Amino acid sequence: MESGEAFQPFNWSVGRHGSMFLKELKDNKAFYGVKCPKCGRVYVPPRKVCGRCYVAMDERVKVSDEGEVVVCTIIQFGFVDPSTGYQQPVPYGYAFIRLDGADTLLPFFLDSTDPKKVRVGARVKAVFEEKRTGSIADIKHFEILD
Amino acid sequence: MGKKVAIVGFGQTYQRSSRKDVNGVELINEAVHTALSDAELTINDIDAIVIGNMDHFEGVNYVDCWSAEGSGAVMKPIFKLTTGGTTGTTVAMCGYYHVASGMFDRVLAIGWEKNSESDTTGAIVTAFNPVWERTRFGGAIAGLAVEASKYMDNYGVTERDGARVAVRERLHALNNPYSQLHQEWMKGMEVDQIVDLLVTSEQNQMLAYPLRMSDMCPRTDGAAAVIFASEDVAEKIAPTPAWVVSTHNRHNYVFLGDINWDRNDTLETAAKKVFEDAGIKEPLKEIDVCELYMPYSYAGLKWMESIGFCGPGEGPKLVWDGVTDMDGELPVNPSGGVMSSNPIGATAIIRVGEGALQIMGKAGDRQVQKDVNYALCTGFGGCNWADVMLLGKKKPS
Repeated sequence: MESGEAFQPFNWSVGRHGSMFLKELKDNKAFYGVKCPKCGRVYVPPRKVCGRCYVAMDERVKVSDEGEVVVCTIIQFGFVDPSTGYQQPVPYGYAFIRLDGADTLLPFFLDSTDPKKVRVGARVKAVFEEKRTGSIADIKHFEILD
Repeated sequence: MGKKVAIVGFGQTYQRSSRKDVNGVELINEAVHTALSDAELTINDIDAIVIGNMDHFEGVNYVDCWSAEGSGAVMKPIFKLTTGGTTGTTVAMCGYYHVASGMFDRVLAIGWEKNSESDTTGAIVTAFNPVWERTRFGGAIAGLAVEASKYMDNYGVTERDGARVAVRERLHALNNPYSQLHQEWMKGMEVDQIVDLLVTSEQNQMLAYPLRMSDMCPRTDGAAAVIFASEDVAEKIAPTPAWVVSTHNRHNYVFLGDINWDRNDTLETAAKKVFEDAGIKEPLKEIDVCELYMPYSYAGLKWMESIGFCGPGEGPKLVWDGVTDMDGELPVNPSGGVMSSNPIGATAIIRVGEGALQIMGKAGDRQVQKDVNYALCTGFGGCNWADVMLLGKKKPS
């Protein structure tokens, strides 16, 4: 992990399903979740255990790169990103997005700071970076469609 | 069920944005000393200690070890707990369990924080998944702002409704000398007038829509300590002990994206279980005072519904009708609450201590004007997890 000019010796594992998720983002600009065999919920980002049913999950399911804003805000206060050590560039739109086909929400930032556009229920679509590295930052932002 | 347990003493420090006059150990000692004086006990009477804060807020780990002189833990059993916003209620629950087990008769539970010694938002962000969640996650403020967006959309709630809650909290805080915020300028003004001012003033900066400065809790330095005693000794120590009637906590999911943003499920479930234990059918009628851990204004609407004080979407009406004011049917946060003072590791145990004061009749200028038989105290943290503790004047059967 890099923080400003410094380097911190953190190396987080994202697990097998998490690795698959990031690889699909990088190679195919595709979102994959994992489905619970018992309750049928589709988790994005994917993880090994469904906490509700407490069973292992292995079925990978492709979900859409489009979805709906479930909760949102426009962040206007300055703060330091602990992952980089730099001030975040504010303001920016921020939302928890339910991708079509998923049951859980993915938190990400939006391409707009317009209060009329950053709203519950807005349709959004992922915009990807040209050069992708297998990180969540391969998603540039979510574009508000309506 | 184990032994019956009561709160027999409470102490808190003066909470300010920066307590440069004391270091961490001295701050802790100030609360412990006050609690012991309140119960007329000495540290020799204490069998065990539980302490908690958020280590990385101060950047110093192992508070149980390095504060032993100040907490009184030298050569005593001590546990340390860290559970985010709920830390204070978690140390209280742990103190309760220690005594209920029958292994200890008098246990001191301490919560503390010196937020002035940290970057609180930077520290809070490290509680969330570095790969999936941290990207541009604006810490507690953003997490709460998104919750408000859904609540407002679901029920047509306005910024004025949020501001009305904030005004209640700040007016109540004027009666509490320990609280950090004392907004004297609100004195003598009509509630409507203050609400209008808050939602239109350019000085009241928008932090993350719909949350302005006035909708959020401050960062605070402070500590608090509660003494729990077993039924064998409680009534000998305190003339009116505050009995722990029931306590429960609930956690839910790993990621914020997994939780149900329509309801506060953990608070709802923990409160329901507490009411079931106590035989409470109509919370609004039967609870006499509530110290609700609400770090932002809209929690004073939505979470009231989660507890069951009113139906979904009815929070604003309850608050505008004055039901939750000092002279209302259910006074909420006579202390001024979290929105007037938030020393994070201590915040939730202050809720418990303030609830106990109301039952003991020792809340001074913030004592509610009715007979308090039941006080409900809550804690809130991170991914919307919840602790709930119900205190009562009558010894539980």
